[in-house]
Amino acid sequence: MKERPDVLQGTLALMVLKTLDVLGAQHGWGIARRIEQISGDLLAVNQGTLYPLLLRLEHEGSIESEWGVSENKRRARFYRLTAAGRKQLQAETKDWEQTAAIIARFFNVKAEDLL
Amino acid sequence: MKFLRRFLIRLSNFATRRSTAQRLQEEIAEHLAFQTEENMRLGMGPVEARRQAGLKFGVVQAIREDHHAEHSLPFIENLLFDLRYAVRMLLRSPGFSIIAIATMALGIGATTAIYSVIDATLLHPLPYPNPGELVRVVDDLPGVGAHGVGISVPEFRDLESSGIFQSVSITGQGANVNLTGSAQPLRLDFKQVTSKYFAVLGVDAELGRTFNANDATPGYNLEVVISDGLWRREFGADPHILGKVLRLDNDEYHVVGVMPRGFSDQGATSEERNTELWLGAGFSGLPFPAPQRGSRLSSRAVIARLKPGLSVAAAQGHLDALVESLKKQYPGDYPPQTDWTIRLIPLSETLVGSVRQSLVLLFGAVGLVLLISCVNVANLLLARASGRGREIAVRQALGAQRTRLVRQLLTESLLLFLLGGIAGCVLLVCSGHFLLRLVPESLPHLDNISINWSVLAFAVAVSVAAGAIFGLAPAWLMSRGDLVGTLGQEGRGSKGSPGRSRARQTLVISELALSLVLMVAAGLLLRSFWDLFKVQPGFNPTRVMAIQTWLPGPNDPSADIYRTATQESVLVREILRRSRTLPGVEEAAVGDVAALPLGHNQINPLPLIREGVETMDNQAPVIDGPIVSPEYFHLLGMPLEHGRLFNDQDLEDTPAVAVINQAAARTYWPGQDPLGKRVRLRLDARDLSKSGTPPWTTIIGVMADARTESLADAVIPQIYRSVYQRPAKDLAIFLRGQVDPGTISTQVRTQVQSIDPTLPVFHAQTLDEVLSSSLSVRRFSMEMVAFFATTALLLAGLGIYGTISYVVTEQRREIAIRLALGAQRGTILKMVLHRGLGLAAAGAGVGLAGALIVSHLMAGLLFGVSPTDPTTFAGVTLVLTSVALAASYIPALRAMRLDPITTLHAE
Repeated sequence: MKERPDVLQGTLALMVLKTLDVLGAQHGWGIARRIEQISGDLLAVNQGTLYPLLLRLEHEGSIESEWGVSENKRRARFYRLTAAGRKQLQAETKDWEQTAAIIARFFNVKAEDLL
Repeated sequence: MKFLRRFLIRLSNFATRRSTAQRLQEEIAEHLAFQTEENMRLGMGPVEARRQAGLKFGVVQAIREDHHAEHSLPFIENLLFDLRYAVRMLLRSPGFSIIAIATMALGIGATTAIYSVIDATLLHPLPYPNPGELVRVVDDLPGVGAHGVGISVPEFRDLESSGIFQSVSITGQGANVNLTGSAQPLRLDFKQVTSKYFAVLGVDAELGRTFNANDATPGYNLEVVISDGLWRREFGADPHILGKVLRLDNDEYHVVGVMPRGFSDQGATSEERNTELWLGAGFSGLPFPAPQRGSRLSSRAVIARLKPGLSVAAAQGHLDALVESLKKQYPGDYPPQTDWTIRLIPLSETLVGSVRQSLVLLFGAVGLVLLISCVNVANLLLARASGRGREIAVRQALGAQRTRLVRQLLTESLLLFLLGGIAGCVLLVCSGHFLLRLVPESLPHLDNISINWSVLAFAVAVSVAAGAIFGLAPAWLMSRGDLVGTLGQEGRGSKGSPGRSRARQTLVISELALSLVLMVAAGLLLRSFWDLFKVQPGFNPTRVMAIQTWLPGPNDPSADIYRTATQESVLVREILRRSRTLPGVEEAAVGDVAALPLGHNQINPLPLIREGVETMDNQAPVIDGPIVSPEYFHLLGMPLEHGRLFNDQDLEDTPAVAVINQAAARTYWPGQDPLGKRVRLRLDARDLSKSGTPPWTTIIGVMADARTESLADAVIPQIYRSVYQRPAKDLAIFLRGQVDPGTISTQVRTQVQSIDPTLPVFHAQTLDEVLSSSLSVRRFSMEMVAFFATTALLLAGLGIYGTISYVVTEQRREIAIRLALGAQRGTILKMVLHRGLGLAAAGAGVGLAGALIVSHLMAGLLFGVSPTDPTTFAGVTLVLTSVALAASYIPALRAMRLDPITTLHAE
């Protein structure tokens, strides 16, 4: 249980960036719901934890935010990917894929391959 | 980058106190509204939908805290909060704060002061690029007990081509030259150096150039490089100085360069470092002897810059191999019994070697004072802990974590120590001027001592380290309070925890032990100094004045009007005759600088070739050879043991004679009568150029030993020759009588310059002054250690006073009950004094063991007193015990006078 948030720290940020990349500007709830929909129940994380993370990404310059009006005509804060964030997303996607590929290769190794 | 950006935004949020609470509030409200709607769409009732949305969101307070932590810098916020609280606490008990800060100011101020001296001397002795590459090259003939015999020119060339060094240079060890042509003839410090000298140091001229390869003439080239100071002082910073002619010892030199401002020469003495003229020389043509392996340049030093990356040890290895092959190649020049070797010494070693031990001792002493101050403050902090036990227990009861409490308490002690450090530095900067005057002038790099950034950084680092170490223990002990016990004791005299009082006693014992160590060190130094001061020097310095002059030695010997002893004797006799007529003068004599007792740094030993024993310089032991006029011995009260002294009939054309001291007789003619023995001293370059073997010198007398070289060292062999047989350039005029030191210099100058107006007259001093300044470094370290020891004793006294007072306060109920039950007041007094004595005994026991170790480490600094001197140890222990008893006496009296009724009522 204890390690889970640590793993999520990095991956959750990546998910947020990807979500904003695919959907464009979104408010906090929109992002949370989208992540939940895609990952299913596998990520049982409190939605509230998203907000400190969003603030952090904003401090890091990956995203920016402003007040806007939501689809049901309410005032909401919208988050949008910045150019730097897009670049970061690309770099991290590549890293992630590379790591995944290497791990995948290890999983596919059979005993006879190593002989 | 990202991290930095994030940090800066948070910092600015923190600084501007911008808050996101409002924004987060709105966002959370929005979020919950969205989720509730969604839930209702899924068919929940409004209340349930709201509840589920809340559950899904998580604990709002925790998220708010996380958000705030991300928004700002909570660590700094807490720190500021702690600091504010700490300041309030310090202000609330000003007495405690002032005592603690003052104690630390003393400890850190003193440590920083000594550190600033060490920083300038031991840590940065060489103000040149890559100082680690600089070495001194020393030739030894250990087989005949001769060290530092000087290099020969062929050997110098071997070193240059050895591939071990980037550059090598021969340098004079600093000498005087007369600059004439201005209003007063000036005597300046100069060095003759080979052309690579400045390349070795790695410093180039500011204006013009230093010497270049073309200057590698065999003898002198008539070019001079001058210092920035001389350029500004004598030549008004003339930008067209290059090419100008300077008359130095009646030779004309052209200025080729001016060294940069702040450049100071290398050397162990302040004279050397204040060198103002550098003359290029090759040391291998006239007037120097022909370059043979046997002719060593005994009064010159060799310095070199190692190839980059080569360690001194590795270079020494290469050099040893070179020496071996040279010995095989020239067996005639290097007889095996002399065992010729070349040693490399890091240049920094040669410059500070003599004072290193004293400075390390001082630093150790001041370190102990710092330690005692820290212990004292820690003790005060613990004492206060008993007063704050309730506060801390309440905070703990309210849920404060122990780490948080320790952090809070640590912030307090760090603030205290830092304030102490700052106060110490302020004190130091304010009194720096005054303190510097205490430092003896003979300390190398005196001018470089300053309170610079590295010194301040040191002070801050020491304060923080001390605060952390000595704040942590009390903080830990304080936060360990027994919650229920402390709160339950409300209304009664709180009894401190046993851990705390044990800690306090340990602290006091260590304080006493440390101060005992310091006092023993101070006591031993004091006794050494006293013994040195009272040692019979073997000559009588009272009412003797020495005034120096310098006879020009032009490069062309035939232009030298004082070339021969006969020529010079005219001048010397006239100087003596006129000096005797000066008011108050009873006796006058002349000697060279080597004859100036304790007042010369340049020892210029000569190879001593005994008839029938040695045949060449390379085999000979070396000996000091002062040159004096016949009156010298009587003037200084040095008695003749047997034989005869010089007289006015021993002249240049009569057989050469010499007088030796008993040490020389014992060393070189053991068990024989030295009278009538013949010796040959390697004679100086000017004579060798005349070719022919120098004549034999017959020993005609033996003087009683005198400590003319050093008060501390056993007597050193000396051979004296007469100025009427051997000319000398660096003359000192000795006057005994009731002379006025203020005017004598002018009177002598008038007399000397009325004989020869080109002669400078300088450096008038009494021999008593010389004697006392030869002890100045010792006196300085003794005074400092004594001062530190007194401080330590005072602090230890305060410490024991505090602890005993605390014990009395703690036990006042018990004492009151005893008194009420009829105990004698005297018994109470004895009981408390017993406590103090117990602490003192424990402290003295530990301290004596420590003192034994320390006194053996400093044995090299002692003179005439054994490191285990029982008188010192006993005396110091006695003093410490008395102070401890006196300090316990006041609280003991208070305990004795306790009124049982009032006390028990108050409880």
